[in-house]
Amino acid sequence: MTTLPEDKAAPVAAGLFSWPGGPRLIGSTCAACGTTTFPVQRSCPRCTGTELRAGPLAETGRLWTWTIQGFEPKPPYAADGPFAPYGVGYVELATEDGRGAVLVESRLTTADPGLLRIGAPMRLTFIPLRRDVSGSRVMTFAFEPAEQIGEAS
Amino acid sequence: MNVAIVGIGIHPFGRHPGVSGLAQGAYAARQALADAGIGWADVECAFGGSMAAGNADTLVSDLGLTGLPFVNVRNGCATGGSALAMADRAIRSGDHDLVMAMGFDKHPPGAFNADPEESGLGRWYGETGLMLTTQFFGMKIQRYMHEYGISAATLAKVAAKAFRNGARNPHAWRRRPLTEEEIANSAMVSHPLTKYMFCSPGEGGIALVLCRADQARRYTSRPVYLSAVSLRTRRFGSFEVFSPWLAPSPPGGRGGPSTDAARAAFETAGLGPKDVDVLQLQDTESGAEIMHMAETGFCKDGEQEALIRDGATEIGGPMPVNTDGGCLANGEPIGASGLRQVYESVLQLRGAAGDRQVPGQPKVAFTHVYGAPGISSCAVLTR
Repeated sequence: MTTLPEDKAAPVAAGLFSWPGGPRLIGSTCAACGTTTFPVQRSCPRCTGTELRAGPLAETGRLWTWTIQGFEPKPPYAADGPFAPYGVGYVELATEDGRGAVLVESRLTTADPGLLRIGAPMRLTFIPLRRDVSGSRVMTFAFEPAEQIGEAS
Repeated sequence: MNVAIVGIGIHPFGRHPGVSGLAQGAYAARQALADAGIGWADVECAFGGSMAAGNADTLVSDLGLTGLPFVNVRNGCATGGSALAMADRAIRSGDHDLVMAMGFDKHPPGAFNADPEESGLGRWYGETGLMLTTQFFGMKIQRYMHEYGISAATLAKVAAKAFRNGARNPHAWRRRPLTEEEIANSAMVSHPLTKYMFCSPGEGGIALVLCRADQARRYTSRPVYLSAVSLRTRRFGSFEVFSPWLAPSPPGGRGGPSTDAARAAFETAGLGPKDVDVLQLQDTESGAEIMHMAETGFCKDGEQEALIRDGATEIGGPMPVNTDGGCLANGEPIGASGLRQVYESVLQLRGAAGDRQVPGQPKVAFTHVYGAPGISSCAVLTR
């Protein structure tokens, strides 16, 4: 299981992932049509239903597509420098109860095209973006290449 | 009531230090009025906009305080297409006989820095470095190449064609032809797309004068008819820019606003892709042109590899694409970009496109814009 740094760390936004301990991304699944969203939404963009249940997404999934961000974005991008290219991709994740699935857009821990392959197994982790005014490290979610994962999601 | 385009005007695209976006819009408007042989006082109603260069309706203080209704349009990359659609409806409804549609823009150099909160997204999406249109296009073509066997060499071929066509267009920004090697070997911006495979935000302005088709010959001997103009937003399942998540595999395929808008335009026009002689497709980057060929119905997924290799999309080919150099050679002043496609279509249908004229006296033209957060506008034009 991924562990988060316990001291002086804070999530980039509330509600994206469980924090602290046993970190998972939090999605929501529509009671009427089964569509899963990330982050949590109050209404379903597929069927317009309003009964959505929040729940954790799986820790591992498969890479659906990817790119490498080659230049430093303008604000509101907010990360401590110096800039280094970073990977971005969509990872296909099941809900932890196995009933739903969603492609989640995420930072990737590698920027090496040789290490990224569509269909490859990926695992959730967390990366620091910057220090906030209190000195805490501001953390966001990311996926790293995984050796092996269980069943394909 | 059918609609004709009887006047077209352009302010050259590129970078124009000291010239405001509004001034470029006014310049294009005067050009269009002169082309139609009318004055501003003859215009009964106008629609126009920009993303980043001010309110179009304030142009009345420059063009003339005639009291006409002037509606500002701000609809992302479909700003021009939306202005055109509104102008079309204003005539088709019988409300007005002579209407202007216009768009202009002026963006600072570098990639767009979109505001997450303006798009209904959390600020975290921008802070963590996910809110970039360039990433979306990189990831969309990456997946498409994987599924349909499009090669990186084809990405370079599309950009090389754009700059070749741009070199023949006096209004274009990038007028120096680049080799496929120069394009492929330029800096990697968003894998697999390099610097010269991307268009840049830029400046420019376009204005069009539209009228009732039955009155077109009062203004021009070469009217071009706006057979259809459509506008669509995304439906569930499509893969769009600025999406923190996507549906895994929607039943019936991903579709998308480009597919929906193209289908609607063809249906209204009573024509199909096979009838089209010249087409302008959104080429924010070279992969977009490839994917949009299929999304708008001009080929099946994967056929682009052979079509482009065989020169089908060149000016002399059976389906010439982006004859004026597209966004790649003209840059993207968002408010003007969609109307630039219509301007080029009118020139081609008039037979007035000069060095880049499609041979064989084209009769039907098609235009397509696409942009954030998943909108598309298409038009079918005939003569």
